[in-house]
Amino acid sequence: MTDHPSASCAIDVHRLSRTFRGVQALRDVNLQVPTGSVFGLVGLNGAGKTTLIRHLIGSLRALHGGVRVFGLDPVLDATSVLKRVGYLTEEDSLPKWMRVGEFIDFHRSIYPNWDDGYARRLCEMFNLSSATQLRSLSKGQRARVGLLVAIAHRPDLLILDEPSSGLDPIARSDILEAIIRTISDEGRTVLFSSHLLDEVGRVCDTIALMHEGTICEMVDVPSLHDRYVEVICRSEPDNPLPPDWRSAFGWQLSGAEWSAVVERENSRSESEPDDLHVIDRRPVSLDRWFAARTRSPSTAVTP
Amino acid sequence: MQIHISSDGLPIFQQIVDQIRYRIAAGQLSGGDELPTIRGLAESLKVNPNTVARAYRELETQGLVEKRRTTGTFVAQQAQQRSAAQRKQLLQPLLQQLIVESRHLGFSIDDVVDQLRKRDQQIPSMENRS
Repeated sequence: MTDHPSASCAIDVHRLSRTFRGVQALRDVNLQVPTGSVFGLVGLNGAGKTTLIRHLIGSLRALHGGVRVFGLDPVLDATSVLKRVGYLTEEDSLPKWMRVGEFIDFHRSIYPNWDDGYARRLCEMFNLSSATQLRSLSKGQRARVGLLVAIAHRPDLLILDEPSSGLDPIARSDILEAIIRTISDEGRTVLFSSHLLDEVGRVCDTIALMHEGTICEMVDVPSLHDRYVEVICRSEPDNPLPPDWRSAFGWQLSGAEWSAVVERENSRSESEPDDLHVIDRRPVSLDRWFAARTRSPSTAVTP
Repeated sequence: MQIHISSDGLPIFQQIVDQIRYRIAAGQLSGGDELPTIRGLAESLKVNPNTVARAYRELETQGLVEKRRTTGTFVAQQAQQRSAAQRKQLLQPLLQQLIVESRHLGFSIDDVVDQLRKRDQQIPSMENRS
């Protein structure tokens, strides 16, 4: 292909900032998503995930900083970018007055790479009939229609913005399967933004954590366990403060025991405090890591 | 393969390794049986194909499966290539854990041996496979 110079990077965001009415939604975001990866984007509500994604699909123009998708500007080269992108959002925003068949035909007319056979197979798999009006479908079925039109042109980049919110487990499972299928085709890239950390942990190879408008950490999922460990230790009686241990973060008190996440690399160079009574060390779950990074210590002390 | 994936902190590749090892130990998979393709298993479990690939690599390192060029991954004919001493060493941590738990729960070592034997009879073995 000749139309993407930075072939190794599907998404390249450089120092992107964005303010809405004085509120800083994105601050100095740098993000490179390599071609062929399944990239997870996690963070609390309002962390800036959707704002970032809207820059990627060209619905917001980069005012400070730069955004490139396949080396192109998603606003100036909207047609070239969007024909290679599939996009699914949590918003139940399909035109409900249309029939399934009309809606599919509409998308087929937009995408030059539309795969009729694949679309038909997906229709069968999802049990969708073209005569049905979108209005009369369940939320889960409408999400499947949205998924179908997001993947039937076999996009090089599939962007999923909270696709599973409020869906039943079977519909969520169909979405995950679509992600796995997409990346099983060599060279395709997925950006998966979600609150469901176990789903993100299953399918993604890299996860970026957004917090207050910045990407505060990126982890390689298979190495999470090599990088961090959860430490449980006993607290000093009558001392409401967590132990003084700089390698540990995300302290949480429960009864008389503290839990923290410890970066193994740092903890090798810094010795544990002498008065630390360690009860257990256990593999850190994605949920625990997420809570440790996003929860402010003051709110964590809830007995 | 009906592999169950939970999100309790144990790495997913390890859960796949453990459950395939169980199937081999219990004789549900025997020498020469073909494992699902990486892509096929990834799709049915809804996990990243790299994770399945890593699990298969781990099983290969342990000598339990072998990759055959272009055809696929198969359960190894002789799953037992380690020396007796090596095998014993691998068992030590599990024995220790079992003994510690049993003492805490107030079982005598004879009780434990008894229960081990009963449990062993409930799990089908590789040899008795029909």
